[in-house]
Amino acid sequence: MSIFKKIMTAIRGGATEVGEAIVDSNGTRIFEQEIRDSEHHLTKAKRDLTNVMAQQMAASREVERLQREVTEHEGYAAQALEKGDESLALAVAEKIAGLETELSSQQQALTSFETNANRLKELVRKSERQIQEYKRQLSMVKTTESVQKATSAITDNFSSSNSKLLNAKDSLERIKAKQQQFDDKMKAAEVLEAETGDSSLEAQLKAAGIGAADNNASSVLDRIKAKQNKG
Amino acid sequence: MNIHKIADHLNALADNSETGMVFDCQPISGEVDVLQITVEGREELPIFVSVTDDQILCITYLWGSNEVKEDKVADMHTSMLEMSIPMPLSSFSKIGDKYVIFGALSISSTFDDIEHELAVLSNNAIEIIDDMSDYLV
Repeated sequence: MSIFKKIMTAIRGGATEVGEAIVDSNGTRIFEQEIRDSEHHLTKAKRDLTNVMAQQMAASREVERLQREVTEHEGYAAQALEKGDESLALAVAEKIAGLETELSSQQQALTSFETNANRLKELVRKSERQIQEYKRQLSMVKTTESVQKATSAITDNFSSSNSKLLNAKDSLERIKAKQQQFDDKMKAAEVLEAETGDSSLEAQLKAAGIGAADNNASSVLDRIKAKQNKG
Repeated sequence: MNIHKIADHLNALADNSETGMVFDCQPISGEVDVLQITVEGREELPIFVSVTDDQILCITYLWGSNEVKEDKVADMHTSMLEMSIPMPLSSFSKIGDKYVIFGALSISSTFDDIEHELAVLSNNAIEIIDDMSDYLV
């Protein structure tokens, strides 16, 4: 069963209950151990690959050397024949035969090293992909478990503090009301600012003797005197 | 990154947050440490942050299954699926019988990234409840 299916089944089946785990912690530990083992194998495979590739390079150099020597000795044999020295030519030919046997065995070794190297490279690629996949699956299991544990901590906290989650619409209304209140306060502050700004302007005007004068005793007395004079 | 570092950072921000939001952090202890973060003025919709091996999860509870109008469940699910991509940084999920909105960040995120995530998540939560309120009782 894929890990997705396992998690889905577990959630559907009510494993969301506190204390119940998707994969028991022992299972998770085994999984983690498997990942470590795979990583260990991968390291070994990479080391093997390095060795095989080194051998492959050595074999390839040896093959080139033998091929060069064969060509060289074929030249010598031809020269011996030109000089009519049949026995020398035969000796060279024997040497060539020896070289060719060695060459063919080196070529066989080279081919086998190449096959081995390719096989190991493929193994390394596969192991790397497999480990990535294991890690992704483990991360899914761990995240699901962590969320479940976190949820149970949150739920415990809510029930212990006697507060409970509000209905979503009520929450929204409250938040909006708070925002409105905040906006109103800002507006009120602006209005107040404007008003006090006005009154300070009035004060300045008054100080400069502009605008309505204060009703003081002497002006009242002046007014009464003016009335008496009329009468 | 762990929840205590996040709490220290957010508390130290006070009024000087990049987003203009004031965060209050309250660690909740349990088998997994959870940080309850409230945004000033939005105390009703706290954000819960937990840190796992490879990610930082920020979750806000939206509403319970029992708050959805019975004949609107399928429509609501469709709307939620349709909104999941346009909605910046957050996705929908369901934990138990609660619908949630969440954002997941890499464990190597910076404090600025986390602050941004929390602000966006909070805004998304409010907006989505408003938008989905036709489906809710």
